Amino acid sequence: MSERGKLQFGDTEAVIERHRDLFATSWMQRLSALAVPLGVAGLAGFAVWGLSIPFDQIAQGLVSLAKFIALMFPPSTGGHLDLLLNAMGQTLAIAFLGTLTATIAAFPVSFLAARNTTLHPMIRFVVRRCLDTIRGIDSLIWALVFVGVVGLGPFAGVLAIAVSDTGSLGKLFSEAIESTDERARESVLASGGTSWLAVRFGLLPQVLPIIAGQILYYFESNVRSATIIGIVGAGGIGLQLSEQIRTYDFDQVAFAVIMILITVAFIDWISGKLRFAIIGRRAVS
Amino acid sequence: MSSRVLSVPQARLDALLAGYRREVARRRRQFLLVLAILAILIVMAGYAGEVDLTNLVDNISNFTSYFSRIMPKLTAAHFGADVADWYWDIRRWLKLLLDTVLIAYLATLFGAIGAIAMSFLAAANLAPNQPLRWCIKRVFEFCRTVPDLVFALMFVAAFGLGPLAGILSIGIHTFGTLGKLFTEAIENIDMKPVEGIRSTGGSFTTTVRFGALPQLMATFASYTLLRFEINVRSGSVVGMVGAGGIGEVLFVAIRKFYYSDVSAILLLIIVCVALIDLLTERIRHRLSGEMR
Repeated sequence: MSERGKLQFGDTEAVIERHRDLFATSWMQRLSALAVPLGVAGLAGFAVWGLSIPFDQIAQGLVSLAKFIALMFPPSTGGHLDLLLNAMGQTLAIAFLGTLTATIAAFPVSFLAARNTTLHPMIRFVVRRCLDTIRGIDSLIWALVFVGVVGLGPFAGVLAIAVSDTGSLGKLFSEAIESTDERARESVLASGGTSWLAVRFGLLPQVLPIIAGQILYYFESNVRSATIIGIVGAGGIGLQLSEQIRTYDFDQVAFAVIMILITVAFIDWISGKLRFAIIGRRAVS
Repeated sequence: MSSRVLSVPQARLDALLAGYRREVARRRRQFLLVLAILAILIVMAGYAGEVDLTNLVDNISNFTSYFSRIMPKLTAAHFGADVADWYWDIRRWLKLLLDTVLIAYLATLFGAIGAIAMSFLAAANLAPNQPLRWCIKRVFEFCRTVPDLVFALMFVAAFGLGPLAGILSIGIHTFGTLGKLFTEAIENIDMKPVEGIRSTGGSFTTTVRFGALPQLMATFASYTLLRFEINVRSGSVVGMVGAGGIGEVLFVAIRKFYYSDVSAILLLIIVCVALIDLLTERIRHRLSGEMR
């Protein structure tokens, strides 16, 4: 090969000199690139200072944490496997009934909250704000409220999940309704269908698969949240778990956590299969 | 009505109609089957969940009256004084609310940094080591499946009461969820820049830094902001087990039936969450605008 075809690396200075504008960065650019990380770090510093985090406790805490983890092995049922299994079943029941009730409640409401099916913009506004308020309160707080209403036990958990998910599902459903293709509804109307029929045959077939996917996703996430709802006395495995942590029975904690992990993995697997069956090969979003 | 319309032979019509009816009947059967399975599950779950509708009907008035009881007593005549009375402890509550936001901020920050660092090792298209990738994916799964309150309870036992336990527990949960989301985002990037850098002999870190990261910054930031908003919400809850923030006063107020305090604190939380919602949404819209 001739010398001409080769890239000359001997003279790096000359290359840089030729493309000066590519290598040079102005101070403004550097400053703006630095501003975001600096701001983030500064706020973090302020947060650490504002929360007055006790750094001297960290080492000691890590030691006791290591002790807890050592106590976790081997995991043990503590002699009441039936109790734990029962609590896990309760957790699943809470998640299932909560999701189902939330779906039934959110479905009609979501039509009022969607721009294209609502009766009046004012109704849409009010419904949306109500859903936002419900969503703004964590399910654990709802659980506390419902424990006061129906007493201790899983029923309070069912109601808590049902109410807090009505807010989230209502919003998601209404967004699904808003993103539907209007033409299907228009064609039903054009062929003389009532607006009721237009929703039934023009809109529902489009939203049902999306809604089904969202319901399954929320069921999964509710299994997770139903595991903790027991901490405030609303049934499920959370009650056992919090008691065991308070009494330092970490081998039983480990067992309960493993049970939760297996159950959640199992539910994820099943709902993944179901979602695939319902939505088919369409991308799951 | 005399029809000149092209008519289909009766036999053909019957066959089509029968086919249609069969299809409808099949779908109807399927629907009924799903309904039956659902009914069985509902009965089973209702039994396990100790669902007691009479109890609900008897006590639903408690629920509705609960909301009328937590309503503050505001009168037009002494409006200012009434609001001041309602928010009698506003300074302490605002400080705790700020604590909650700061806890959420630090937890999101640490969780996101950890997730960014680990997710490149867990993404199928960039991971240098398959067993390591499997391990990291399991770690993510563990961190997001174990409820944050369980972590919070354990950290309160280990580190004592205070925000440290809250930061750690929410941070670990954030690490798990963001790790999963980031990994998926990385698996969807355009591989051409990555291949370009690999072909010039770049190491793993240079490949990530110059090939993958520039494509991902906006997505990462957007996911992190979304998570921050969720974390403010959970930050208001971890306080219930003593892990700092406004949750503790709310818990006490609900348990001890300080009705007007409950509504005051809940309103504070809702407004705060809504504000952060708005703020992060704005930033996220700007970011997604930049991406295009």
